[in-house]
Amino acid sequence: MRRWIDVRSAARVWQRNLWVYRDRWYYGLLPNFFEPLFYLLGLGVGLGYYVSSGGQFGQDYLTYIAPGLVAASAMNGASFETTYNVFVKLHFGRLYDAMVTTRVNMEDVAMGEWWWAITRSLIYGGIFLLITLFFDTPLTWRLLLAVPAIALVGYCFSAIGLAFTSVIRIIDVFAYYFTLFITPSFLFSGIFFPVQDRFPEALVWVAQATPLYRAVQLVRGIVNGAWQGVGFDVAYLLVVGTALGVFAVWRMQRRVIR
Amino acid sequence: MPSSPSVVEAVGLVKRYGDVRAVDGVSFEVHRGEFFGMLGPNGAGKSTAMRMIYQVTPPTSGELRVLGMPAGLRARSIKERLGVVPQMDNLDEELRVIDNLLIYARFNGIGGGRARGRAEELLAFADLGDKRRAMVEELSGGMKRRLTLARGLMNDPEIVVLDEPTTGLDPQVRLNLWTKLEELRAQGKTLMMSTHYMDEAERLCDRLVIMDRGRIIAEGAPLDLIRAHLPPFVVEARTDVGEGSRLEDAATALGLAAVRSGDRVSVFVADPDAVLSSLREKGWRLQRAFVRPANLEDVFLKLTGRALRE
Repeated sequence: MRRWIDVRSAARVWQRNLWVYRDRWYYGLLPNFFEPLFYLLGLGVGLGYYVSSGGQFGQDYLTYIAPGLVAASAMNGASFETTYNVFVKLHFGRLYDAMVTTRVNMEDVAMGEWWWAITRSLIYGGIFLLITLFFDTPLTWRLLLAVPAIALVGYCFSAIGLAFTSVIRIIDVFAYYFTLFITPSFLFSGIFFPVQDRFPEALVWVAQATPLYRAVQLVRGIVNGAWQGVGFDVAYLLVVGTALGVFAVWRMQRRVIR
Repeated sequence: MPSSPSVVEAVGLVKRYGDVRAVDGVSFEVHRGEFFGMLGPNGAGKSTAMRMIYQVTPPTSGELRVLGMPAGLRARSIKERLGVVPQMDNLDEELRVIDNLLIYARFNGIGGGRARGRAEELLAFADLGDKRRAMVEELSGGMKRRLTLARGLMNDPEIVVLDEPTTGLDPQVRLNLWTKLEELRAQGKTLMMSTHYMDEAERLCDRLVIMDRGRIIAEGAPLDLIRAHLPPFVVEARTDVGEGSRLEDAATALGLAAVRSGDRVSVFVADPDAVLSSLREKGWRLQRAFVRPANLEDVFLKLTGRALRE
């Protein structure tokens, strides 16, 4: 009788975000185009020229970093949405307090926000993937598989972001989240260089245990058709995402219903 | 209308936050079709009681049934049949006026043409017809309040729950909102309101409970409550500086109940003319005395020794 999550209610919370986005997507979307362009130009075309001397990576440097950057942009999309945006709604806007006076329960709200963050990371990561096509990423059927992979990366990082947001009480704490988690993830998750070649073993273990490392491996594996280990990456992202997502939904419920 | 069926039934309802008992064992019933009030000062537990009724605060103990359904267990089913107007406007600032209404219909499972028709009706009801496409931030305080009310009505609720609906509003805006609430009452809706304004409670409510420190200290129709606790009139007199307590004693000597606040003395009386003349015979000039009917504020003062708002 008593369902924890009401799927239709969660879908309507998602829809509310879509309505807001519908009115102003053109503000957010343009940066989504330029960011990948700048990364690929600066790091791939520019820096890559000096790095790709003789195919160190068995491929052009630009081609090496592109899939990792797709994963990172899915991470960013999910992270912005689930940190500052959700925090403001939770603490300042009283928006959730209003929503939960309807058929929608707080658990549904949290779930809807989670889905919306996945949607945002699909938009971010998807556009990035499209842009890489103009930078020598081969157009194959495998790219269709990259789309659910991006969603999975969004699933995991939205859950991490929501879980973090659900426990902190001061907005400034997000500086730690971005500086100590997102930034090092971005730099040391095998997007720009194989960490196992450059870092001591202990650090390599740490790097390989981070979600972004698994995300980069997954997307790169799909784009290159190198399937080895992809199953593990999928399982990892699913398990971490589900565990933290369930925790976040529970915590957010406790925040509002008291 | 005590014979009407109850739409809200609370028995021994308690809400505790740590050591604080925000609601400390209250029992009451709200009947279908009545305008029910909770009157009390800030911190009396009104808002907490309201929140328990609209299912966003789980009771610590006690029994609560809304529309015949047990609270908590059937929260979603209860909420989709309630309309809530919270104490502070929490409109969706990122959506337009019309979308604020439409999305709330959606939240309650109402979509499409039915929601649009209802939204148009309520925009007219709330005098917001020409603000349809405006953003929330462009609205005045009174418009926001009316939009919040309209939003709470989108699901055609059986009970409208209003938590201090006019706190912080201009007198004119309050009056306007009261008219809207009276319209709803006339349409046969059950309304439930908390307030710390005795004039609001007296004008709007068919029946009310007076709350203080988490408990209900009196219950009844406004006029019955006044009649039960006080003589019908109050003589308000302002004395010369320092003379207040002497006048209070003089009134008490006449066998009357009196309350003093500085040099202002309120004497509760059945026959104001007789009392005024006996006081004047005793040498009180009472030039600044006037007579008014006793009100709920006086009842609260009598029962607690404190003013509703201090």
